[in-house]
Amino acid sequence: MMQWETVIGLEVHVQLATQSKIFSGASTAFGAEPNTQACAVDLGMPGVLPVLNENAVAMAVKFGLAVDADIPETSLFERKNYFYPDLPKGYQTSQMAQPIVGPGKVEITLDDGSTRSVRIHHAHLEEDAGKSLHEDYHGMTGIDLNRSGTPLLEIVSEPDMRSAKEAVAYIKALHAIVTYLGISDGNMAEGSMRCDVNVSVRPKGQAAFGTRAEIKNVNSFRFVEKAIAFEVERQVELIEDGGEVIQETRLFDPERDETRGMRTKEEANDYRYFPCPDLLPVTLDSAYVDHQRARMPELPSEKRHRFENQLGLSAYDAGVLASSRAMAEYFEAVKETCDDAKQAANWVQGELSANLNRESLEIGNSPVTAEQLGGLIRRVMDDTISGKAAKQVFQALWDGEADTADAIIEARGLKQVTDTDAIEGMIDQVIADSPVQVTQYREADETKRGKMIGYFVGQVMKASRGTANPQQVNSLLKQKLDDA
Amino acid sequence: MAIEHADVLRAAHLARVGLSENEATGYVDDLSRILKMVDQLQAVDTQDITPLAHPLDATQRLRPDEVTEHSQRERFQACAPAVTDGLYLVPRVVE
Repeated sequence: MMQWETVIGLEVHVQLATQSKIFSGASTAFGAEPNTQACAVDLGMPGVLPVLNENAVAMAVKFGLAVDADIPETSLFERKNYFYPDLPKGYQTSQMAQPIVGPGKVEITLDDGSTRSVRIHHAHLEEDAGKSLHEDYHGMTGIDLNRSGTPLLEIVSEPDMRSAKEAVAYIKALHAIVTYLGISDGNMAEGSMRCDVNVSVRPKGQAAFGTRAEIKNVNSFRFVEKAIAFEVERQVELIEDGGEVIQETRLFDPERDETRGMRTKEEANDYRYFPCPDLLPVTLDSAYVDHQRARMPELPSEKRHRFENQLGLSAYDAGVLASSRAMAEYFEAVKETCDDAKQAANWVQGELSANLNRESLEIGNSPVTAEQLGGLIRRVMDDTISGKAAKQVFQALWDGEADTADAIIEARGLKQVTDTDAIEGMIDQVIADSPVQVTQYREADETKRGKMIGYFVGQVMKASRGTANPQQVNSLLKQKLDDA
Repeated sequence: MAIEHADVLRAAHLARVGLSENEATGYVDDLSRILKMVDQLQAVDTQDITPLAHPLDATQRLRPDEVTEHSQRERFQACAPAVTDGLYLVPRVVE
């Protein structure tokens, strides 16, 4: 039986979060009325000239710095020529020979916590096309050019991934980087991150790559995994049946969970790139790059290391909490309020995540704010409430019963009784009410007493309606039962 | 480099230029002469010369990221052959 190895490379298009288009002053806001955000430049009207958006350049440079890439001093825009109705100029302004971001690398984290490096071939700036709406408009196709000219950063990896899981980890790492940098909202459902996946297989141990198929527009983490799984199986079966993989573009169909070849005209890929005469070479001196470097926020990998080394979290906890900007910010705000990183980590990954998962909520929409959770943890740490009561308080905060943990503790009378006199009173009562058990306890072996004391603790806790501090009850009970 | 009739037709198709057979034959001669000149240029040793991306000795100016354009949809669509619900209509594109 032949062993096969999968080889995957990805092209990820990230929509940059600029206010205006890459070459015009039209708005990029999502969801506007058709063609109300398509100006003369976006429409390719005669006589218009593109002017490059400084912020798109800054965002591309920040990405480059985040993946340790070279930022060449000069980059060029070129025209990629093809005809399609949602591309009114007849070419897409893009970059090829001299992209804005050179070779770099991204660290990915796999499920078992191990890390790997994936090389970035380059990243380039380009403009998005419009949208074709194929619903029936009197037998015609409708064109909305609002999206045309929206800045995209296309990030091209080397064929360094060997499984669908690695490919997903890579996209997640890119997603974390662009959202940490604030250069994209990373919203895959709205198309802010779109992936083309290059997949090939080869016999294990063979150095040469097999022929690859390119799967277009795979737009969620889950679909990436499914599309690759299907494609690998298709290629292996094809080869084992004596066939040959042909280099082609395929589309993933999430409804049927399969990839299908697209009918392509033979000259479809003849894009006849040439330098765009309307745009001059872009020159970025080292002062500009340093200026961007100075404005970089802390990145996911840096955060992970800080959580581990300075806050003393485990590698696993640090990895989970740093994986998304929203999660990391929430955790740090909780930690700020309760002043205990480990407790904050436990609550965010435990009770909070469980509740979020159950109701399919993102952490940004959590009904319990970081300040509320921090306030709750503070009351556990200063022994105001027991761990058990804390879960009740959390649920009440989740349900919106009150604004603060303190208000709920007060309203529900959950304050732990730590007053020794009060607890002693309850213990005396329990001892008086349980003569049989007391005799058994006192006649029992030292080794068995530990278990037997549980009965008395339970009775006292019941008498206090759960508000007595269990450790205190335990030690006071031991004194009283053992002394007599 | 020699250019053939089929190359001219292919280039015309890529650029969506309609050519008759006769016109194509004429272009084979014209383009061949241009390519001959290019061959002459190719013979020059350019190994140590950086390719020129733009004839102007200047670099790209950047504009601040501000929305300066507002909808002129009605004006732009006044010259479109067909519009509906704010969309430009084109002959159906079959995927």
